[in-house]
Amino acid sequence: MTDLAIEVKDLTKKFGDFTAVDNISFEVKKGEIFAFLGPNGAGKSTTIKMLTTLLSPTSGRMEVNGFDPKTQQDQARKSFGIVFQDPSLDDELTAYENMDFHGILYKVSGTLRRSRIKELLEIVDLWDRKNDLVKTFSGGMKRRLEIARGLLHHPKVFFLDEPTIGLDPQTRNQMWSYIQNLNKSEQITIFFTTHYMEEAEKVAQRIAIIDHGKIVAQGTSNQLEKQTKTNSLEEAFLSLTGRKIREEEVSGVDRLRMRRRMFTGRR
Amino acid sequence: MSTIYILWLRQIKRYLRSKSRIIGSLGQPLLFLVALGFGFGPIFQKAGGGNYIEFLGPGVIAQGILFTAIFSGIELIWDRQFGFLKETLVAPVSRLEIMIGRTLGGATIATIQGVIVLILTLLVGFRPNNLWAVPGAIFIMFLIALLFTALGTAIASTLEDFQGFQLIMNFLVMPLFFLSGALFPLQSAPPFLQTISKVNPLSFGIDGLRQTLTGSSHFGLSLDLTVLGVLTAILFVLGSYLFSKIQI
Repeated sequence: MTDLAIEVKDLTKKFGDFTAVDNISFEVKKGEIFAFLGPNGAGKSTTIKMLTTLLSPTSGRMEVNGFDPKTQQDQARKSFGIVFQDPSLDDELTAYENMDFHGILYKVSGTLRRSRIKELLEIVDLWDRKNDLVKTFSGGMKRRLEIARGLLHHPKVFFLDEPTIGLDPQTRNQMWSYIQNLNKSEQITIFFTTHYMEEAEKVAQRIAIIDHGKIVAQGTSNQLEKQTKTNSLEEAFLSLTGRKIREEEVSGVDRLRMRRRMFTGRR
Repeated sequence: MSTIYILWLRQIKRYLRSKSRIIGSLGQPLLFLVALGFGFGPIFQKAGGGNYIEFLGPGVIAQGILFTAIFSGIELIWDRQFGFLKETLVAPVSRLEIMIGRTLGGATIATIQGVIVLILTLLVGFRPNNLWAVPGAIFIMFLIALLFTALGTAIASTLEDFQGFQLIMNFLVMPLFFLSGALFPLQSAPPFLQTISKVNPLSFGIDGLRQTLTGSSHFGLSLDLTVLGVLTAILFVLGSYLFSKIQI
């Protein structure tokens, strides 16, 4: 038994000529909160996709809860939960049905499923809205529902990809205090990506700064400041990654929206 | 098993909740029945073809199934764009189960749509030989539905967004329908049209429906069923393969 929840060694992902993730190595201990901090397009989401079996790496080794996401997909999948960067709920189903769907896919048996759904929906304050279609929910409510859903099968590692994007400070605070509680009480390992430095500094025990697909530094926020001889994580971050503004490739949905705008002439 | 069931159930729930989609997709078959059925009916009769509504009915039923089935398959792109596909792909279930559940769900919806169109045809004067033919016809409808849902899924697995959708409508779905013997009898069509219709799976579906409902057939029921069955199996395997290759 190792005490590592995630172990990554020389992981690389290439898309044609473009190297999205370039030979990265890091470890996350069991029960730790670990942040992947980096500017847009640094390779954060690509790394999460590889760890969660959605993408297969070009080279390198990785383990999640002792399972290789490439060759032991199902065991790995059962052992983690994930909240994606973009919503991944079915808008035409109710909150309860989305939860139920997840529970059945993860083979959580009937009575246990029902009691956990109730418990989780109450925690994220959505039990009253359980029979409403998700398309009537606000961004914050959807995010809360996704967190509840990701925890339904009691994962040992919880991945959160840019979980607070588009959330107001109230929702953000509430979400983090809930996740931190969970981390303490259930010993769930949290791995999240962000480009907000305050967030990484406040929530994470250890941080890896990633840029252009490479991990440029990792450690506690204090260690990072010392390494770069700066006074704050923000300065450390900027000194490591430079001040140039990054453009992220537009996502499919954005392309779709753009086309609709072109088509209808609306702005 | 539960995975297949829940994916099937999801499709059915989504379908029943989109009333506008159900009603909207009935517009076209109704238009064909009224405009073509009544418009060409007298000429068809004079040319010795008999009752045109009797001929057209199975063709329009198959059209309703074709459109709904292809669209159900293509809906995969929607799930991909709006993220839900990721939720199913990170779950500890095999992609084959996901594919089976989705396809059965889409095929069930398309079959229901076919039955609704069958009821519409009854309203405009279509009469099956006898009512006992209906269960057999529904079985053939389900085969047609399965075939084209699998085709739609296979195509959608290779597409990133809806850009190719018009292409599929105009160069696949429309030709499948118009070159199938849905609207005109194949035996009196020019040879090149007959040849085209012989490589069109929908021709065999419509022929099978016509055989069970009205007793007239061009290819013969056993050939119809063989073609539909074999092709469905092939497309299903192909669709599963392409689906298993999806990376997000």
